[in-house]
Amino acid sequence: MFADADAVLLARIQFAFTVSFHFIFPAFSIGLASYLAVLEALWLKTGRQVYLDLFRFWVKIFAVAFAMGVVSGIVMSYQFGTNWAVFSDRAGPVIGPLMAYEVMTAFFLEAGFLGVMLFGMNRVGPRLHFLATLMVAVGTFISAFWILSANSWMHTPDGFSVNAAGQFVPEDWWAIIFNPSFPYRLVHTVIGAYLTTALAVGGVGAWHLLQHRRARAREQSSDAAADVPGEDPALPPSIVGARTMFSMAMWMAALVAPLQIVVGDLQGLNTLEHQPAKVMAMEGHYASHPDGAPLILFGLPNSGEQRVDYAVEIPKLSSLILKHDLDAPLDGLDTIDPALHPPVPIVFWSFRIMVGLGMAMLALGAWSLWARLRKRLYDWPALHRAALAMAPAGFVAVLAGWVTTEVGRQPFTVYNLMTTAESASPLDAPAVGASLLAFVVVYFIVFGFGAWYILKLMAKGVQAHEPAPDGDEGPIRTAGITPGPAERIGDAAPRGDAR
Amino acid sequence: MSLDLPTAWALLILFAVFAYVVMDGFDLGIGILFPVFPVGRERDQAINSIAPVWDGNETWLVLGGGGLMAAFPLAYGVILTALYPPIIAMLLGLVFRGVAFEARWRDPAHRPWWDVAFTGGSLVAAFAQGVTLGALLQGIAVEDRAYAGGWLDWLTPFSLLTGASVVVGYALLGATWLIWKTEGEAQAHARRLAPWLALGLLAGIVGVSLATLGLEFDYHRRWTTYPVVLLTAQVPLLTAILGYAFWRALRRGRELAPFLLTLGLFALTFAGLAISMFPYIVPRALDIHAAAAPDASLRFMLVGAVVLIPVILAYTGWAYWVFRGKVGHAGYH
Repeated sequence: MFADADAVLLARIQFAFTVSFHFIFPAFSIGLASYLAVLEALWLKTGRQVYLDLFRFWVKIFAVAFAMGVVSGIVMSYQFGTNWAVFSDRAGPVIGPLMAYEVMTAFFLEAGFLGVMLFGMNRVGPRLHFLATLMVAVGTFISAFWILSANSWMHTPDGFSVNAAGQFVPEDWWAIIFNPSFPYRLVHTVIGAYLTTALAVGGVGAWHLLQHRRARAREQSSDAAADVPGEDPALPPSIVGARTMFSMAMWMAALVAPLQIVVGDLQGLNTLEHQPAKVMAMEGHYASHPDGAPLILFGLPNSGEQRVDYAVEIPKLSSLILKHDLDAPLDGLDTIDPALHPPVPIVFWSFRIMVGLGMAMLALGAWSLWARLRKRLYDWPALHRAALAMAPAGFVAVLAGWVTTEVGRQPFTVYNLMTTAESASPLDAPAVGASLLAFVVVYFIVFGFGAWYILKLMAKGVQAHEPAPDGDEGPIRTAGITPGPAERIGDAAPRGDAR
Repeated sequence: MSLDLPTAWALLILFAVFAYVVMDGFDLGIGILFPVFPVGRERDQAINSIAPVWDGNETWLVLGGGGLMAAFPLAYGVILTALYPPIIAMLLGLVFRGVAFEARWRDPAHRPWWDVAFTGGSLVAAFAQGVTLGALLQGIAVEDRAYAGGWLDWLTPFSLLTGASVVVGYALLGATWLIWKTEGEAQAHARRLAPWLALGLLAGIVGVSLATLGLEFDYHRRWTTYPVVLLTAQVPLLTAILGYAFWRALRRGRELAPFLLTLGLFALTFAGLAISMFPYIVPRALDIHAAAAPDASLRFMLVGAVVLIPVILAYTGWAYWVFRGKVGHAGYH
């Protein structure tokens, strides 16, 4: 069935598919690991039960997301060799060491301390346990550091020479690691991960607040007792948990969304400097604008005719954003060899999805601040519904941003130096097609179930004295048993969910 | 033998792969043995004994792959392209296996299905790893810095034999791990399985060794010509000694020794592999110097590896220490 297909195209689809699936999980776990560290620190500092309950609630979700991130990540570390052998041979001397450092400084740290974080509270005590949580969080950040350095180098290669075999030979590691686009991309991506987590956490909190409100409405209609709005002296722990996570998440959104827009703008300027074709595709600028380029809000990029059909545009705004000058000239794709154009429609639309969601996040954050001022943060169903609707927005925005930057780099893998077509392994299309099919089927089954468990855990909400992941935090446990009594685990109830 | 950078990295990657094989080996082995254990307590004990550590164990595979790409990028590209189907099968097997850990706790209603995924994934991953080893040993066609064979060249009776041997070897690692980490019925069960698996592994080692001598390359010279044989003959000799010690340890009811002796057997197979292959990374096609990354890459990474790997081993050891002792019975020390 793949006999006529192009092996390179299939390999690209395979890489895009596996990396997109993979990226969802680290985007979530980078933020969640830090959130867990904050929750545990707050618990240690204040001793309030709600923080421990929240920690235990989210750590179970983290465990599922992390496991899926690990297994889909192993696939990535071998995809370079299976499908992109020529790229591995030539760029491996530069990219490989960065990834080896990622494994040595980050993956082992995360994986080594994860077991203690999940199952070790009674064995090591709260303080060492907190250290384990902290190490996992630090590990996720270090991992982002290295992988973004490697990825950024492919966008803005620096600090290398080329040898006779065509290999990129490292000359200056400092210039390689801190290549020109790296700082912007690192900050933009990590903040994106934090926002993604904040919106997911906020969405879960909002959902439980809405559920609680509905349940209370039912009670009211049954016994017709007027309920006093505001603080309820006997709030159930699940609602204390939902309120706390909603409030924390909305603080994060309110503070970080504007910051992200500023950082994104800086990255855009950096891209304009180093990869102008990508910015032209993002903006839909097929033609050059010698005296001020318009900002095209929407339209249908038509690469055949080299124009944007039905464009809705604001005159001169693009020049103002990119050059800080209304009349600054901006080159268009007509200044670049058509063979080197990135696929404009994909880049154009994915960029708009990302920016649109970013604006929506900004609005949600601002709304939550206003709700705080009016003391209606926990009592404004429309806000909660909006937060619920925005729960997956971070994932979509992160993926859209990723598509923008990666598709915008085409037709190169190493920008201006090595094309995607020459990077591929000498494989036949049927081999790549068959494995692509296998990945699609397996990923949808396995990660479909994984996502479903995560949603189920989220839907259950925070319980009073939320059980730990090992199902038993009682003092009866003594050192020397790992990780929990088999009698309990062998029960019909799932581990950690036994009550 | 002067320890130049490519040699240092060949040894480091050999170490990473060895660490992976013995650590994830017992995880995968428990997956392979899973159907033998009755549903309920024994299975839960078995999977519980690896729950806190499997993730770190699997990370060695990422270091092996990442290290190979970084230190021997040419070999990485050639080997993975040549072994495309078994590598993809291994990755998909590991996906099922890894997700099944979490899923079977979270979803008791579908637990039998996740147990099948756990076993199937472990079995496929182990077999594919063994096939990979065999396919590498029997040789890969390389022309002009690229793989030059077909996409089923890896599939031979020899690679199937290495695949089956690795499955049996991992199962033995799993069984001896359970002898150490469990008690009661699960331990008794593992103890009954161990001698048969050990026999299977020894048969596999003998079979693969003899078959290797018959491969088209001159592997046999290292093992049969005087005076090298004086040195290399120590490997089969030690294997026989360890096999005997294993049998005695099992009969005397020792708990840790069978596991350690199995590790020893695996170490010897690695020594044998290194003797056969050195200095080639793709036999008789690419030696470690031809395949190596430039010195600037190797040196930069070596600094990190020398500092970081001891640190990694230290906190990995700590994590194992935290979860020391038997899994299973409340109150047991």
